[in-house]
Amino acid sequence: MAGTSYKGSEIESVDQFIEGDGLDSAREKEIGQHIGYRYDVNLVPDYTRLTPFLKSYMETMGWDDLNWLEDVHMGYEEGNPAVFDRNINGWVRVPDSIALSDNQQDRDMVARELLIKFQMSERHPLVQLRQAYMKF
Amino acid sequence: MAGLSHEERARDMGLTTEQLTGRTQQVFFEPEEAENFTYPWAPEVDFNKRTEVDADAMTTTEVNSKIRALMKEGHGSIVIRNPRGMHGLGVGILSRLNLIFEGSLGYFAVGLIDGPNVRISGRVGWSCAENMMAGTVLIEKNAGSTFGAAIRGGDLVCRGSVGSRTGIDMKGGTIIVGGDTGMLSGFMMQRGRMVVCGNAGKDLGDSMYDGTIYIGGEIKSLGVDAVPAELTDLDRAWLTRKLTLYGLLPEQGVDRFQKIVAGKQLWNYDNLEPLEKKLIL
Repeated sequence: MAGTSYKGSEIESVDQFIEGDGLDSAREKEIGQHIGYRYDVNLVPDYTRLTPFLKSYMETMGWDDLNWLEDVHMGYEEGNPAVFDRNINGWVRVPDSIALSDNQQDRDMVARELLIKFQMSERHPLVQLRQAYMKF
Repeated sequence: MAGLSHEERARDMGLTTEQLTGRTQQVFFEPEEAENFTYPWAPEVDFNKRTEVDADAMTTTEVNSKIRALMKEGHGSIVIRNPRGMHGLGVGILSRLNLIFEGSLGYFAVGLIDGPNVRISGRVGWSCAENMMAGTVLIEKNAGSTFGAAIRGGDLVCRGSVGSRTGIDMKGGTIIVGGDTGMLSGFMMQRGRMVVCGNAGKDLGDSMYDGTIYIGGEIKSLGVDAVPAELTDLDRAWLTRKLTLYGLLPEQGVDRFQKIVAGKQLWNYDNLEPLEKKLIL
């Protein structure tokens, strides 16, 4: 069932990647390293859990659904909740001050909202890159 | 050696056990970040401000430059008439926009886009919307090969049929085909969703690493490491919503769709020769 497995190991708890050591599958235990993204990339969003911000974003863009954000999930970097930002090819961590809900779907919605706010802000690294290398 | 831990064995063999946990940059979200919906450099456009461009006597560069100039003027809906199958039209648009092409486009149409909603009333050539990041692209007729090559996000929809290698190397997003798709569709797919309402050619999902393929018709053959999976209620709900959005929901619903995923046998390196691997898989 979608949302219950990732990279060869079962997801038994929503906090599994915060509390565990990240070595879940047989292969991970064999090599002593965690492999890949720490969430189910195939999990499709539950639209009943949209946040007001995301509804406004969809309306602004003229989209009827989350569009590219359907692929954005709350991931986990070194035991910390984080979101992968494709524009900087790196993880952006969720600060401790933001409370996490008890289910992955709500966490994914928070991840989408945080990512949009970060990508569209002046402090995003892409702004500096653009100023330095923009050709036209 | 038997009594040694994995770390000790690796060290004795001259290997390190350095943790490779990704390219962390220790960047944190700001809880009080301003609520912007578009990139800081994106032009302010109004969807209600509409204009038309006759591309009959224009070159590709002139048309693309004209689109950018109109966006800077605040036009949020742009209609391009007489595109005459030109290649590379509508590429590199990185903000919200309604872009309508009245006619057919050539190769690499609307590639590298991040946000716009594009409607194409005719056909498109090879590699339509390659490397698309976000937005929606709707093609009313047929599309060529490598449709949505390396797409990373957004909805790419063709109401007709498409050629071979659809969604090759796709890394996210959704590709929807109203008709049939050719051979090697979903080749080396890494993420995202592909929905084909009609039939799929041979070697579907060959060497796919992740992602999901839904096929409404017949599959000529599955590729290496592509395996059937159970269609869940979440899949059905998503398929129904997405296909309804583009007017492609079959009368009989989505229950007949087959779900194809990665068999996950290609995730780890091994010492097998390619021929040995093929025999095993």
